[in-house]
Amino acid sequence: MSAPSTVMSAPSKPGAENLLRFENVSLHFDDIVALQDVSFELHPGETRVVLGAAGSGKTTLLKTAIGLLKPNSGRVFLFGSDITDMRENRLFDLRSQAGVLFQEGGLFDSLTVAENVAYPLVNRRNRTIPMEEVDAKVVEALRFVELEHTLEQYPSELSGGMRRRVGIARAVVSEPPMVLYDSPTAGLDPITANTIMALVAKERDSQNTANLIVTQRYQDGQLMANFRYNRSSGHLEPVSKNGVGDHDGSNPTRTIFMVMKDGRLVFEGAQAELEASQDPYISKFVPKHS
Amino acid sequence: MLDFLKPPVAAFQDFYILVGRALVNVFRSPHYSDDIMIQMDIIGVGSLPIVVLTGFFSGVVITMQMSRALNQYGAVGQVGQIVAITLVRELGPVLTALLVAGRNASGIASELGSMKVTEQIDAMRALGTDPIQKLVTPRMIATAVMLPMLTIIADFVGIFGGYIIAYFTLALPSSQYWTTAYQALEYNDVVQGLLKPFVFAFVVSLVGCFFGLRTAGGTQGVGRATTQAVVVASVWVFVLTSLLTRIFVNLQ
Repeated sequence: MSAPSTVMSAPSKPGAENLLRFENVSLHFDDIVALQDVSFELHPGETRVVLGAAGSGKTTLLKTAIGLLKPNSGRVFLFGSDITDMRENRLFDLRSQAGVLFQEGGLFDSLTVAENVAYPLVNRRNRTIPMEEVDAKVVEALRFVELEHTLEQYPSELSGGMRRRVGIARAVVSEPPMVLYDSPTAGLDPITANTIMALVAKERDSQNTANLIVTQRYQDGQLMANFRYNRSSGHLEPVSKNGVGDHDGSNPTRTIFMVMKDGRLVFEGAQAELEASQDPYISKFVPKHS
Repeated sequence: MLDFLKPPVAAFQDFYILVGRALVNVFRSPHYSDDIMIQMDIIGVGSLPIVVLTGFFSGVVITMQMSRALNQYGAVGQVGQIVAITLVRELGPVLTALLVAGRNASGIASELGSMKVTEQIDAMRALGTDPIQKLVTPRMIATAVMLPMLTIIADFVGIFGGYIIAYFTLALPSSQYWTTAYQALEYNDVVQGLLKPFVFAFVVSLVGCFFGLRTAGGTQGVGRATTQAVVVASVWVFVLTSLLTRIFVNLQ
């Protein structure tokens, strides 16, 4: 029984081999198959965009990744620790090291925006951050999403896009090495959706975080794959093909697309491969003109 | 063949798991004392007006009804005794618990239910907080502290309501009413009258939390959870008061 001690150490360093690993994970609710034999890895600095129709198991995949749902078979590793059979009590500490944005933001209605963003820092079980520092970090995170003027407002007073932005601020306030986004642009107009994705890219490139983005919109993945946030200019810029990336320099943003169908992972690869796919289901996600 | 029994048995099992975890969390850090205070304010102070009103009018009607019955035996002077015993032993705890069930079990179920359907519970778990420790245990502790206090207030206000009727319409001397009321109460009655709300508090709060946390099916589910919480909590209050009364009657 020496394994648990290594499990609890939860290496969250960027140098860890992988931040998230699925090994033949299957999950079903009664007779409904939500995940079927799913395997993949998420490495530091990598972005994975999971596309799929509604009900294809995207959200289930994300919830399984942080142990909110337990797989029926297969194994899930988070920050190098096997969380498949981990007790809920021990999972809390591990989960709090990952940032998560829920579909509708998942903000707490009864708390102000500032309290919501401070939540991961204040309510952490082994909190070490003094309150003055918490306030500074909250303001900084809200400034990052350009909402520092909403500190004392309640989530119900904000628009859908603003709630999503506060959700991003809360997900990244503790500077996690990995952020999971559940349909960050669902139900938003194209302009707001673009703003949200620009923030996701900005977070990735300013903090070098790994991302798992679950979405129905191909444009979200396209933006992540082809744009990079320039810290000096403060804008998103198209990436040049010879940037840092895969060995041949073909994927500078290290963005990998995954497509899910009925709980199965039916595609995994770079944007070019996705666009070249002849599979009728996969090609439905790629607009013909792109 | 016995498949139809599975859901209720599973629900009962889930409820006991929730009870166990909520109780264990009382002794485990972190303790959310701010949440406990907020809930004490909502459940205790918030319920005070309705508890006072109900307690007062219970005392009033008991006195009016009983005086008529006692009049047949020429024992109207003993009305204080009947009011005190009825309120302290039974009506005070049960009525207060039912009011808190209607007001707070429903409130808890709908609040937690809304949090469940809008993924706030999942968000809480994802952010590394135990929802039972953050949401259930503070509500349980707050109810366990406030319900006995509310019951004491309801008892007193009820006896006072009886006194108003006894003094003004039955023309009983104040000293007679208060002396008979006071002397009627034994140690056993007081213990029973305080133990009952303490037990009811756990049922009312935990049933509210249980139905709230298992809400499914959007806003319609929240409504269903709220109704179920009030009905189940109220039924359990009656079942438990019968059991506890039986135990205390045997003890005498």
